[in-house]
Amino acid sequence: MTGPRLGRVPAVLVLPALVATTLLVVPLLTLVLDTPWRTLPGHVASEAVQDALLITGLTSLLTVVACVLLGTPLAWLLARVDFRGRRVLRALVLVPLVLPPVVAGVALVTALGRSGVIGQHLPFTIPYTTAGVVLAHTFVSMPFYVLAVEGALRTHGASYDVVAATLGADRWTTFRRVTLPLALPGILAGSALAWARSLGEFGATITFAGNYPGTTQTMPSLIYVALNSQPEVARTLSLVLLVLSVGVLVLLRERWAVAR
Amino acid sequence: MGGGAVTDGLRVDVDLPGRVRAELEAAAGEVVVLIGPNGAGKSSVLQAVAGVEPGAVRVGATDWTHLPVPARRVGYVVQDRSLFPHLTALQNVAFGPRARGRSRRDAERTAHEWLARFGLADLADRRPDRLSGGQAQRVAIARALATEPEVLLLDEPFAGLDVGVAAALRVELARHLRDFAGVTLLVTHDAIDALTLADRVVVLDEGRVAQAGTPADVSAHPRTRHVARLVGLNVVTAGDDLVAFRPDAVVVSPREPQGSSRLRWHGPVASMTPHGDAVRLLVHAEQDLLADVTPGAAAELGLEPGREVWLSVKATAVRRYAADTMRP
Repeated sequence: MTGPRLGRVPAVLVLPALVATTLLVVPLLTLVLDTPWRTLPGHVASEAVQDALLITGLTSLLTVVACVLLGTPLAWLLARVDFRGRRVLRALVLVPLVLPPVVAGVALVTALGRSGVIGQHLPFTIPYTTAGVVLAHTFVSMPFYVLAVEGALRTHGASYDVVAATLGADRWTTFRRVTLPLALPGILAGSALAWARSLGEFGATITFAGNYPGTTQTMPSLIYVALNSQPEVARTLSLVLLVLSVGVLVLLRERWAVAR
Repeated sequence: MGGGAVTDGLRVDVDLPGRVRAELEAAAGEVVVLIGPNGAGKSSVLQAVAGVEPGAVRVGATDWTHLPVPARRVGYVVQDRSLFPHLTALQNVAFGPRARGRSRRDAERTAHEWLARFGLADLADRRPDRLSGGQAQRVAIARALATEPEVLLLDEPFAGLDVGVAAALRVELARHLRDFAGVTLLVTHDAIDALTLADRVVVLDEGRVAQAGTPADVSAHPRTRHVARLVGLNVVTAGDDLVAFRPDAVVVSPREPQGSSRLRWHGPVASMTPHGDAVRLLVHAEQDLLADVTPGAAAELGLEPGREVWLSVKATAVRRYAADTMRP
């Protein structure tokens, strides 16, 4: 042990910490150890799983694209433009972060459902379509993205913006040529967070978009369905998601190591 | 030949309530050095000209007061340089011309010329993190000049540089400023910058112009203690007059000196620091005074901080001037 010797580490702190660690590690460990490795390739190759993998991959990717295209300008506004109601806006943006996903789903149904406040006037339907999945995922993932990018924009401060302006650049030029390149690490980190959130999204998706194989059934939805009828399949899929999530974590750590 | 559109001069009127209330004028081609203690409002004046802080600014016949920052033709070298870290030296210098609508090739050709002028041609492809402090500052100044500004703003351009590097850059900058047709405002707290670069010195203190004049005027007749200290002179009040004298003209003695033609003060030694071949004393008399003695004399007199001494100076060694001369 390094640092000053302040005395023994008290058991009253060590024991709860051990319990917490056990709680976090043991279920994941059993998931890995109890995976039916022999039948795994067969399960992964099944049509339902392939469909769910495809839907999950497609929707999570589109979610990230939507977050980058819409969330980056929002993060920039929050970080760089002083306008009335900025604090209120930031608070509103963060609400989905703490909202139970099923409530998010109900809110989306209320607004955009077939008979929803806005949805009944639309010439097309969003719920129970793949687009609906992307919408639900974007709703819950956007705050993570905006927070990460706004943070990155703030760490690089506005001093470069001032310099660019004195050199004759308008704000759009400055955004493209200075702000965006400098915020790139934050944009990548935010994308990874949004992607991870989208991969695991279940509550809002199943409430707003349902669970139709081939169109709206994502990996988490399939796991939920399979757990009763085919627990082995559920465990296999869970392992796949676990690996993907850990992959995101590794990606983020690399990013942060580089950004420092 | 440097860039810079010819202007008819600059008039700045900065009024930041509670902080700065200063007016100043500068002619085309003139280098005005703003000098003063920290917090005197020097940087605020530059920021007002750049449009980052509010303030009335008129350049030639044009009123800049309500122009947004990008529309003002300034080259602004901020104190931390702020070279874009993701761009090479060349791209940094080309940024301004490109932002002002030149083609990429055209802008990069201009940038090459400016880098060559500052002796940095072979560093064009380096990012700022691979430039030394002096090189980075040259790139920053080249970047500011590459937009052909009407007003060049330099905020502490030698801060944070090694003494030798700063001296070399000072000489080089003086050459570039001679070629520059626009107005230059340079902020510094170092008297050497003011004396070597300035056509005119403006002393700011507590947000106000305390004195303005040529470097020779200001250094010969300092009107504030701060300016006196900057140029290494003692200034004391004698009736309606100010009296200025050099620290090496001061005689230090343990007892009250005799002789009627001498000005004299009494107080404890506050500090002793090496100054060239001499030892510079700071003495807490009625006001703080500087005195230079030889190391031998310092030892002979048993000088040490806290020791009470008498300071005196011959009437022939002082410059006396009316307190109301040199008003800005």
